[in-house]
Amino acid sequence: MEFSEHIKTANVEDVVLHQPLHPPSKGTLCITGHHLLFSDREEDSGRQVLLLLRNVDAVEKSSVENLMNYFGLFPKPGRSDRATESSGTIIIKCKDLRVIQLDIPGMEQCLNIAQSIETLSHLDSVAEMYPFFYRPSHASLGEQWGLSTPERHYTEMEALHERWRLSTVNQNYSVCPSYPPAVIVPKAIGDDALKKVAKFRQGGRFPVLCYYHKKNGMVILRSGQPLTGANRKRCIEDELLLQAVIADSDKGYIIDTRSAQQAQQARMMGGGFESKPCYSSWKRLHRPMERGKTLQESLIKLVEACGDKSPNMDRWLSKLENSKWLSHVQTALSTAGLLAECVERDGHSVLVHGSEGTDATLLLSTLAQLIMDPSCRTLEGFLTLLEREFVQAGHPFQQRCSHSAFSHARLQQECPVFLLLLDCVWQLWCQFPLALGFSEALLLRLATEAYSSDYGTFLCNSDMERGVHQVKDKTHCLFQALLKPKERDQYTNPLYEPNELAIWPSVHPQSLQLWSGFFLRWTQQAHHLELVQEEIRNMVIEWGKLALS
Amino acid sequence: MEHIRLPKLWNKHPVNIEKGSSSGSHVDFIAGGRFCVSCVNCSATAVSEVEKVRLLDRMFSKRSRVGTLYLTATHTIFVENEGGFRNETWVLHSLVFSVEKQAASSSGCPLLIHCKNFQVLHFVIAQERECHDVFVSLQRLSQPERYEELYCFSYKPNVDEKERQQEWDFLDLRAEYTRMGIPNSLWKLSLVNRHYKVSDTYPAELFVPQSTTQSVITGSSKFRSRGRFPTLSYYCKENHATICRSSQPLSGFSARCLEDEQMLEAILRSNPRSDFMYVVDTRPKLNAMANRAAGKGYENEDNYSHIKFQFVAIENIHVMRSSQQKMLEVCKQRSPSMSDFLEGLESSGWLKHIKAVLDAGILIAKAIAEEGVSVLVHCSDGWDRTAQVCSVACVLLDPYYRTIKGLMVLIEKDWISFGHKFSHRCSHLVGDPKEVSPIIDQFLECVWQLMEQFPCAFEFNERFLITIHSHIYSCQYGNFIGNNQQGRVELGLQERTHSLWRYLWSNRADYTNPLYRPDQSQAQGLLRPSTAPCWFKFWGRLYNRFDHGMHPRQSVEEYLRAIKEETEQLEELLASHRRKISKLEEKQARNRTPKATYDKSPTAWFIGHDLVLANTPQDYTSGFLTSSTCQLKTPCSSLTLSPQDFSKTYDSSHSNGSDRESGIADLSCRSPFSEESTRDQDSDDDAYSAA
Repeated sequence: MEFSEHIKTANVEDVVLHQPLHPPSKGTLCITGHHLLFSDREEDSGRQVLLLLRNVDAVEKSSVENLMNYFGLFPKPGRSDRATESSGTIIIKCKDLRVIQLDIPGMEQCLNIAQSIETLSHLDSVAEMYPFFYRPSHASLGEQWGLSTPERHYTEMEALHERWRLSTVNQNYSVCPSYPPAVIVPKAIGDDALKKVAKFRQGGRFPVLCYYHKKNGMVILRSGQPLTGANRKRCIEDELLLQAVIADSDKGYIIDTRSAQQAQQARMMGGGFESKPCYSSWKRLHRPMERGKTLQESLIKLVEACGDKSPNMDRWLSKLENSKWLSHVQTALSTAGLLAECVERDGHSVLVHGSEGTDATLLLSTLAQLIMDPSCRTLEGFLTLLEREFVQAGHPFQQRCSHSAFSHARLQQECPVFLLLLDCVWQLWCQFPLALGFSEALLLRLATEAYSSDYGTFLCNSDMERGVHQVKDKTHCLFQALLKPKERDQYTNPLYEPNELAIWPSVHPQSLQLWSGFFLRWTQQAHHLELVQEEIRNMVIEWGKLALS
Repeated sequence: MEHIRLPKLWNKHPVNIEKGSSSGSHVDFIAGGRFCVSCVNCSATAVSEVEKVRLLDRMFSKRSRVGTLYLTATHTIFVENEGGFRNETWVLHSLVFSVEKQAASSSGCPLLIHCKNFQVLHFVIAQERECHDVFVSLQRLSQPERYEELYCFSYKPNVDEKERQQEWDFLDLRAEYTRMGIPNSLWKLSLVNRHYKVSDTYPAELFVPQSTTQSVITGSSKFRSRGRFPTLSYYCKENHATICRSSQPLSGFSARCLEDEQMLEAILRSNPRSDFMYVVDTRPKLNAMANRAAGKGYENEDNYSHIKFQFVAIENIHVMRSSQQKMLEVCKQRSPSMSDFLEGLESSGWLKHIKAVLDAGILIAKAIAEEGVSVLVHCSDGWDRTAQVCSVACVLLDPYYRTIKGLMVLIEKDWISFGHKFSHRCSHLVGDPKEVSPIIDQFLECVWQLMEQFPCAFEFNERFLITIHSHIYSCQYGNFIGNNQQGRVELGLQERTHSLWRYLWSNRADYTNPLYRPDQSQAQGLLRPSTAPCWFKFWGRLYNRFDHGMHPRQSVEEYLRAIKEETEQLEELLASHRRKISKLEEKQARNRTPKATYDKSPTAWFIGHDLVLANTPQDYTSGFLTSSTCQLKTPCSSLTLSPQDFSKTYDSSHSNGSDRESGIADLSCRSPFSEESTRDQDSDDDAYSAA
């Protein structure tokens, strides 16, 4: 394969590996098109470390002296003292926030390896990515891909059939390239009208139903911003569509994820918002959410703060504050809470959008559903929700997750919206430890898989792109794999008790915490806390056995 | 009673209060159901009452409750009598930290009661005169001038005198030293202070190295502040290393004391495997140097052979007091942004101080466990920072102190017996405000921080720490009254009051951590916590403990406790069934129906039921529902409430509910999720008019 041209040195002996939570070990390093493989030389230990190159966020070459600082926490390997001049060291910073150090004898080999890692971890071509090569023995291609489809979602929700229909206007992705082929829209609106509405909404993302609240028949819709532009263009079909949503109810809410000012400015760029005279039954609420570069920088700052070895408390608190990550968590949860309140308590339908409607919009609609809908809180339910609201709804995973917090590459489209979602879900999990059917381990797994994966689920930016690359035929599905009996056990919450009520999160600063399981994951303490989860699981299993006997 | 200046004076305790009290929401932390009994028996015969008082919710200001406020000799009681059920809030006068009367407005006159357990009650009283009277009465009632006025002397639970005496036998420090392994060939009991003549703030019984003579002790004590000579706090059986404690030496710039040097030499020699010892001064170096000018100071390494001297900078009581006040101000903000909160937390410096105490504890614990070197710890007087650091080191070193009884023993040893000035620090009596400082709070928080890092290493739970915290301030039990052993003996506390330790022990089921796994490797021996700043958390369940809405709505611990109990019961049942089966088998080998017996066993049923109960911790209910009383009785309360009920209560807890139709402005105001709504409402209008 072409990968070989990037590999000048494929094998190196006598490499010392330093990784968190383990003593340093010496062995053979092997580099392949997609992996870094380290095998421990001690035969009885037989330990192997397999690292997906896609997981590598940054590679740093460093002299031994510098490292002593960085790895002050790791036990000193006796052998590294005799580090000869000709040995080099590589530090690999991963997207799952792990930091690994390799001491490689021979400067040239070291440079070769570093070069290969650098190149192979940044491959742009989707078809060359590992999911297309991953062939686990326990599964075969052609099994069901994905958990559900828009068609099935619609069929299952009989209550909405009266007023809503499944439209296949986007069958060829010609109306909206980032939507799935089938979407749910008001029955009263025909496909021709939808095409017109699509032209009036950014990215063709016309308003579609994403949630139907069984208790009162209210719905959540999402879309892109209306393209009113500076001269206040109108689209009568768009207005009719929204009017059809309200039907006999008195009004609806539009939650715009931008500030009023940002929305104003968007008009100058051809975007805009629903103005009062044209959408008289809709009440617009501006709830600015951070997006794009700012959010990515927030993540970078937080990860930097977490890696800071300074024992100074003031410095930590000010860095934590300065990263603003927890503020973004607070905003996301409170806006989602507001959205859920509008639907559940105020009894009105809501349309959510920002600009593109592929980031903050999806974050909000997902969180609100978790808050209100008990069926989203099981393991299957949650994965189905993610599949529907992020994967199928067109969150551009490939653009957003191509780099994480360590990368030195210039920021382009990276943005940790999905990670922010997982953090918010974790906060819910902490506040309602019995109400969610999945475990923290699942959230951690998803946080890793979104950035680098054996599976095809998070490849590409939309359903259309996945079709082009035949992702569903040539890769395995992560969600299906997570539900396999063996995996499933560790991803369920042993304390889960189904609960029909809405779970309203508290958004006081005192109620929100740093997600140490993720941000401090590779520390001894996080490891202890993982063991505690295991202990809880064992307790429940033991009790379950007795209770059943 | 003369302090109560309200016009209505009754000579009868109102019957309704006695009846209702056991369901009051505060019974939980004030000694359970015995509470109301105590009121009947105590001197609370004079009651004044104010009607139509509103109690505001701190976090959601639109929410308020209307009721009657009663002042008794010992408590402030607010009885809500709306909506058909009673809800009572009881606050001990001794828990009142300050009373604040704010300027009257059209709605009435606000009266704020700040409590030492971090509860803040915000009343609005219609008449300013009445408010003033309550204010004056409360001020007097909450600031007793003599020990005899304290609640512990009038608190009379339904226990006979013999039992009461036995309560005090529950903890025996002599037994604790025996557990450590002393007296032995290296350490002996000294009764030199049995009449509190050598040091009036030390206990009567002290342990010193075998070789020390009385003259060395008295000589050394004359060279130490308040006569607090170096004496044993903890002895490590495995390697003979010890933690000793004292006050600062009166060294000034050059003074020496032969006996004091001999004392340290003796301590060093009683650790046969070590050829030096550490002397840890827990003060910042600057403070210690300043003390030299006053004829006090620290040990000169040149004068003491084989010591390694070290400062660990823990700030003094004044810094800690103002730090906690700043931190509490941050907690009391109604809806701070995340940045406000983190900035406030940082500038209070509270977590920095907690870390300093824990760091010092780790330093000492490591010297003992890893190096096998003895440590002498002191600060200025040796009753604040020294107590903190010694006891934190003990918790880290010895798994025994991580048990329920062990922590009680530790507090009894390093805090009570060694003369931490509880009555001064916790302002049990009206006195010098500069003596007040949350030193013991910091110790409890250090333990909590460790529990957060090692959830399986502690036999007790968070509630245990919080209950101890409450009672340190409540003056309900005699344990923490006074400033030293001599004072307590003089007050006759053991003869006249009850002991908290016995009460906690008999309720230990409530304080047990279901995840306690003493055999787990990281729970054994020396705890090795991370002291990276990112692992220090804000202890919301103490400092915001009455703001129920902030805390997790479901409790893993309650659930696990229920499971654990069930598992134990089931195991027992299984064992008894097995016994029965084997008996049956012996008797009639033909008739075998054991399986049927199992299936019909009622346990399987009860489990489900119990779990629902376990699933609905009281916090959840009382946080969400204005009145816990009636809801608690339905076993399936919060989680299985019908949706309508839930939304109704949610509604009432967050809004007036009545102005539902009035549009988005109201929605944003009442929504807990839209703190910034008013501003956005404006900007929305701007956008809209521009459009």
